[in-house]
Amino acid sequence: MVDYTLQIITLGTAVLGALCGMLGSFAVLRKQSLLGDAISHASLPGIAIVFLVLGVKNNNGLLLGALLSGLVSAVFIKGIISKTHLKSDTALGVVLSTFFGFGMLLLTYIQKLPNANQSGLEKYLFGQAATLLASDVWLMSSIAGIALMVVLLFWKEFKMVLFDADYTTTLGFHVKFIDTLMTSFIVIAIVMGLQTVGVVLMSAMLLAPAAAARQWTNKLSTMVFLAGIFGATSGVLGTAISASANNLSTGPVIVLIATSFVMISFVFSPIRGLLFRQIKLWNNRNDLKLMKTLLFMYNIAKNHENISHPHKIQLLNNFQGYTRKSLKSLESEELIVLEKGDWSLTEKGFHTAKNLYTNQS
Amino acid sequence: MTNAQLEIQIILSLVAVACALPGVFLVLRKMALISDAISHSILPGIVIGFFITQDLASPLLILMATLTGVLTVVLVEYIQKTGLVKEDTAIGLVFPALFSLGVILIARNAGDVHLDVDAVLLGEVAFAPFDRWMYNGIDMGPRSLWMIGTILSVSMIMLILFYKELKIATFDAGLAASLGFTPIGIHYGLMTVSSVTTVGAFDAIGAILVVAFMIVPAACVYLLTTNLKKMLVGSSLVGIFASITGYWLAHALDTSIAGTIATVLGLLFFMVYLFAPNKGYISQWYKTKQQKTEVAMLVFMLHLANHEDERERNINHLQEHINWSKQRAKKVLRLAYQNNMIEVKDEVINLTEKGLAFTEKAISYISDNKNSELEGIKQNFFLFRG
Repeated sequence: MVDYTLQIITLGTAVLGALCGMLGSFAVLRKQSLLGDAISHASLPGIAIVFLVLGVKNNNGLLLGALLSGLVSAVFIKGIISKTHLKSDTALGVVLSTFFGFGMLLLTYIQKLPNANQSGLEKYLFGQAATLLASDVWLMSSIAGIALMVVLLFWKEFKMVLFDADYTTTLGFHVKFIDTLMTSFIVIAIVMGLQTVGVVLMSAMLLAPAAAARQWTNKLSTMVFLAGIFGATSGVLGTAISASANNLSTGPVIVLIATSFVMISFVFSPIRGLLFRQIKLWNNRNDLKLMKTLLFMYNIAKNHENISHPHKIQLLNNFQGYTRKSLKSLESEELIVLEKGDWSLTEKGFHTAKNLYTNQS
Repeated sequence: MTNAQLEIQIILSLVAVACALPGVFLVLRKMALISDAISHSILPGIVIGFFITQDLASPLLILMATLTGVLTVVLVEYIQKTGLVKEDTAIGLVFPALFSLGVILIARNAGDVHLDVDAVLLGEVAFAPFDRWMYNGIDMGPRSLWMIGTILSVSMIMLILFYKELKIATFDAGLAASLGFTPIGIHYGLMTVSSVTTVGAFDAIGAILVVAFMIVPAACVYLLTTNLKKMLVGSSLVGIFASITGYWLAHALDTSIAGTIATVLGLLFFMVYLFAPNKGYISQWYKTKQQKTEVAMLVFMLHLANHEDERERNINHLQEHINWSKQRAKKVLRLAYQNNMIEVKDEVINLTEKGLAFTEKAISYISDNKNSELEGIKQNFFLFRG
């Protein structure tokens, strides 16, 4: 029997993974992958301020603070990019490091306060899945439900803004609103994950499932769905693995599993994968070699009246591109005929070689 | 001011300059976030180096960490080259994975490792003066002072030696390649210097402040100047100023030095962002507003030029012809009037000679985009600048 706490944690990480995968797909496609990293770091001062001002240690209150500070940081990032000539990477870096630094300032200030029982704030830095409660999981699930509804409701708009924002504007859609909505939900997903995987690793939670899903499909709906599945699976597997061994924090394990999904997808995806691409490359190269051989033969054969006049294979010796195997495969395509140490072009072979440069197909 | 305090400030200032130099190039090359990636992903290198040497200041550890930093760059570039994901996604995939590896390595060996993830991420410069370098029993000063001093001198020498190459490769990689420099070599050189600096700085100030020290001063100065030499000097000065201010502020508030310096840097950036002449938020806002009025003025003057009928140009009938609010109309009129483009006679607005000439010039500029004719009026109008 798996105990109750573990069930809760597993459920929590699964829901979180699915939520992040789904919303992360939009971030990845909008080239906003690192926005998640910046926002997750920038949520720290919000948590500290809520604690400092209101004195609450209530989880939802702190998350609200994180959400606000994340949104403020997103506004700053947008402002820097649109109003100055600084590029997005600089804007993200500036906001990330200074907001996080300010958060650290506040956290250390809180620590030194005489009556502060501040234990628990640190968990947002590195995440502690073990502190997930049933109520947290409920919150996560309802947020995931709302996010799913919003995504379904605005599916068409999201899709259009993703792929052609200018066109969407000309059609009369309120792109700024859709944009803000999308960014807000990405911020919400980040904030939900802080407690589980922490500030530093949150960006990977958002990116990795989406990047993996992207490799298997060119269709947005399939990608979002797959990313959700990948995210949930990494959550469940990560929790299981970290629970089965001592001293394995859940967050990093989840991230490593999600990363391995990405690596597997990079290599084995049938559409874009590296392995497939390599195989295609080899095939093309072989094909090219065969055609080269055929062309060499053609150049010899065309000087004879009878194109199928047999020639010695040794004739090919000063042409380096042929092997026994390549001759065999040319024969199997009925382009040449091999007969005891001799070769001769067939009618088909002659024409193929003749049209090699003119016939593009 | 005690000796230790002075030493801390010297260390911080040296770190600030050491970070600012590669930082300027990272910002200019649009690779600012690679510093974030490096600063996180050196963790496994540090951990493995520590397992081997059991000494946080050993050169082997620094070497391992630097190698991990360069490995990060190589991995990111490899993934980018496959074209399977966009470039920023590649960064976002690599460093969390390496960081996770580091965290797990630490956690698995928690018993016998005197190494804390917090320490790597946040650093504690306040302890730096206590870790001293003894040579033949003589106290040579804090170890991190020597370390960061060495790193700074090396990167200074590299900068002076390869300044021209760096400059060309940064602004025109194609030209650099065609002139026979190797942009790739310069790129990896810069990456190695960034890695070494990050490693050298991490135990004093932590990974996040390294990012702040590298990016924020450069970003501030980039809003103020576009001269590379001025940027290098300026960002070093901004870094030093923030270090010393931040140190004393942290002292007063009793807070994390790294966090406070980052906050000071953030405030500095915010001020520059708002008030920078030409490129700041306020001047951009003013420029946009002014351009709007100028476009309106041009439209208005075209209207005047196209309408011979005096009734059409009567000041009281303007409202019917051009649908502007009263305030807006006033602003446009005032601008035109101040530039002697129009004159008002018997409640009828006429274009002056200058106004007519201006309108024609502006139209020909807009239609065939030739710049030369406008040299005279360019100074007065934002519309025709950049």
